[in-house]
Amino acid sequence: MFNVLAKRQLSEAVFEITVEAPEIARKVQAGQFLIIRATEDGERVPFTFSDWSAEEGWIKFIFMKVGKTSHLISHLERNDVIADVAGPLGNPTEIEDKSRIAVIGGGVGCAVAYPVARALCDAGAEVTVIMGARKGELLILKEEFEALPLKDFIIMTDDGSAGEKGLVTAPLGELCKNGELDNAFAVGPAIMMKFCAATTGEYGVPTAVSLNPIMVDGTGMCGACRVTVFGETKFGCVDGPDFDAAGVNWNELMTRQRLYQEEERVADAEYAGSCSCHI
Amino acid sequence: MPYIDGKRRPSREPRQVMGMQDPKVRHRNFDEVALGFTEEQARAEADRCLQCKNPTCEQGCPVNVRIRDFIGGILDDDFCGGVAALRERNALPAVCGRVCTQETQCEAACVLSKKGTPVAIGGLERFLADWDRSREPGMRCKTVAAPRNGKRVAVIGSGPSGLACAGELSLLGYGVTVYESLHTAGGVLAYGIPEFRLPKSILQDEVEALRTARVEFKFDQVVGRITNAQELLDEQGFSAIFLGTGAGLPIFLGIPGENQNGVFSANEYLTRVNLMRAYDFPKTDTPVWRGNRVVVIGGGNVAMDSARTALRLGAAEVYLVYRRTEEEMPARIEERNHAKEEGVIFKELYAPLEVVGDQGWCTGLRVQRMRLGQPDASGRRSPMPIEGEESVIECDTVISAVGTRAHHLAGKISDVKMTDRGYVEADDDGRTSNPRIFAGGDIVTGAATVILAMGAGKKAAHAIDEYVKNRPTGAKV
Ligand SMILES: Cc1cc2nc3c(=O)[nH]c(=O)nc-3n(C[C@H](O)[C@H](O)[C@H](O)COP(=O)(O)OP(=O)(O)OC[C@H]3O[C@@H](n4cnc5c(N)ncnc54)[C@H](O)[C@@H]3O)c2cc1C
Ligand SMILES: Cc1cc2nc3c(=O)[nH]c(=O)nc-3n(C[C@H](O)[C@H](O)[C@H](O)COP(=O)(O)OP(=O)(O)OC[C@H]3O[C@@H](n4cnc5c(N)ncnc54)[C@H](O)[C@@H]3O)c2cc1C
Ligand code: FES
Repeated sequence: MFNVLAKRQLSEAVFEITVEAPEIARKVQAGQFLIIRATEDGERVPFTFSDWSAEEGWIKFIFMKVGKTSHLISHLERNDVIADVAGPLGNPTEIEDKSRIAVIGGGVGCAVAYPVARALCDAGAEVTVIMGARKGELLILKEEFEALPLKDFIIMTDDGSAGEKGLVTAPLGELCKNGELDNAFAVGPAIMMKFCAATTGEYGVPTAVSLNPIMVDGTGMCGACRVTVFGETKFGCVDGPDFDAAGVNWNELMTRQRLYQEEERVADAEYAGSCSCHI
Repeated sequence: MPYIDGKRRPSREPRQVMGMQDPKVRHRNFDEVALGFTEEQARAEADRCLQCKNPTCEQGCPVNVRIRDFIGGILDDDFCGGVAALRERNALPAVCGRVCTQETQCEAACVLSKKGTPVAIGGLERFLADWDRSREPGMRCKTVAAPRNGKRVAVIGSGPSGLACAGELSLLGYGVTVYESLHTAGGVLAYGIPEFRLPKSILQDEVEALRTARVEFKFDQVVGRITNAQELLDEQGFSAIFLGTGAGLPIFLGIPGENQNGVFSANEYLTRVNLMRAYDFPKTDTPVWRGNRVVVIGGGNVAMDSARTALRLGAAEVYLVYRRTEEEMPARIEERNHAKEEGVIFKELYAPLEVVGDQGWCTGLRVQRMRLGQPDASGRRSPMPIEGEESVIECDTVISAVGTRAHHLAGKISDVKMTDRGYVEADDDGRTSNPRIFAGGDIVTGAATVILAMGAGKKAAHAIDEYVKNRPTGAKV
């Protein structure tokens, strides 16, 4: 059992949870993830570490309410418990110290982008963050990013309600074109990562992406998380979650993410019937 | 205990047949298939045992269970004595009584097998273990442990090898902590072998018994990520480590179309159903793909378990595709028969070529007709393609049950020497290249059996004991 220390609502559908987990906190590195099981009957769901403190013994993750489990945990409060937290899982993101790098975060993906950007800044890299969301209210961790010594911080929204109107690929393309980038790192919805990869690929800027295939164990035992990279089958949980964007088979990833859409609808409906809140 | 009264005439009755759930009913439920012996059956079956002076059956058992004595316990109406004899060498009798391959081990070595049918040793083991489990927790037969010696050993992995090692070390007086990456104990027993063959409550009881014997369990601990061998030994004060991490990495066939939706490894399919109890979805939260026409590729126990699980999840048709004939299948005969009785359709002499699909969703399996050629290195006749004979089996689900390999994470736990294929190198007693680290089970042998894994765990426990006792005091290694 893991104690919840705090909960914070970051936007309409995005929450941050702080959990007491001293053993895990000692080991986390940027880019790694954890798997929780909210209750004894719960499903194992992966989330990325958004922050942690080895000294104080806590970890944080940020998630969007999308289905049953994320709804359930969005109701957790201080002193509630989570049945299981396993981690750190996956390989840490490779942190290049001398490079000029763009870190692109889309939606809740910014929760992953933040620790990566911070680690890059700490290592002395020249970091430009590009943050994208459908609308201004959905932007998360703005103050946290602003507190980092970034070279530039660009905000893009679909409707122009914050920052510039447009997609993250617009400023990304500019940076590539002007030869201002050695590397890029993108995390967000698969479709966004796919177009980031296409953009940087055109200019030959090496790009890493953090993939989120459906997982079960997260330790390399089931193969649910398989993704095709440069024609080879890889396991997202133990070979990733970061991969070279140039080799990812995006259509396959997106199809595989839809595998349980119907079942998840059933679970949501069942849950909505037993819960006074609305999904 | 005087089991033999010289004049005893063993019964000549035929071997007792265990009751089974009706195939027409059971293929749609997850309740246990084999119902176990009644007390009368157990007594009658025990009475067939010759109580040999030199019990060859015990040599047929990888952990040398005191078979004569536990059967003697039933004969003498001293069930508790029988349980004590049984538990002395086997920490998980209720599990082994259900899933062990007795027909090729103890029962094959039974003197009666020469004249016909051996004593149903597995059935009797199961009977005694279940009898003990059915009693009030406080009343259960106790095993006597050596006094605590103040030394601690870390066991990594809670599969049969880890559990057996932990149980044995605890009996020898060690403090044992088991580190398990999943949220529950048992390894393949928990995530692989289905409820209808091994009810999870039985596994839990066995684990509880270990807990009572003061074995500590730490779940959600992926060793190699959260900690490693060096930290456990140098910082956490463990005297030695046992690695029992299994061979859980699923092998895929490497055929085109394999990553389409509807294609699963047996590990994923069975894990969702057994460990995550997806058969109870949406009461439980984990979904599982419920295919209508399911093709399982393989011919081992894992393939049988997957096929029978697919039926229970409601599939209309389940095919088993195997490139040799049934005769060469590695699965236990009993499991094959159960699968057939329940309606699994065996397609022998077909090899998979490609998963065909529509927009990323599986619609069929293209297969190659095979014939049997000359025997290969394994002594089995090797399958040869028959040119031009290809066809497509229409299906919405393909489950690949063609085997597993060593776990990716095994190499991150410690620096012990590994084989080229990623397994840990260890001698018969579990000693690795690092004197403080021992290993056993599937991570050493590759995918094998529960009892072999348990045997390896127990042997390693004794090697650990010997190492710790002989280690010069104060020495680091
Ligand atoms: C390595 C990794 C890191 C992740 N990090 C985060 C994070 O930091 N914050 C966050 O909000 N989410 C993250 N995710 C995604 C998160 O795991 C899913 O959103 C979660 O499973 C939803 O659970 P649910 O029960 O609420 O929704 P469900 O009802 O299970 O699903 C809702 C929707 O999400 C899709 N989905 C289900 N599981 C996954 C999955 N594992 N990955 C992607 N889509 C999925 C479904 O197809 C469905 O459309 C991460 C996933 C991975 C693999
Ligand atoms: C579906 C199926 C059916 C089978 N049926 C039979 C049968 O009928 N009879 C029979 O005798 N055998 C059967 N087997 C084979 C048998 O189950 C295995 O040989 C046996 O379980 C191996 O035991 P083990 O202890 O070596 O490993 P496992 O049972 O694989 O256990 C390893 C454990 O270690 C944990 N682990 C792995 N890495 C780490 C890590 N880094 N940190 C912490 N923990 C870790 C895993 O989560 C797991 O719990 C079957 C196997 C399968 C898959
Ligand atoms: S989630 Fe099971 S292998 Fe990656």
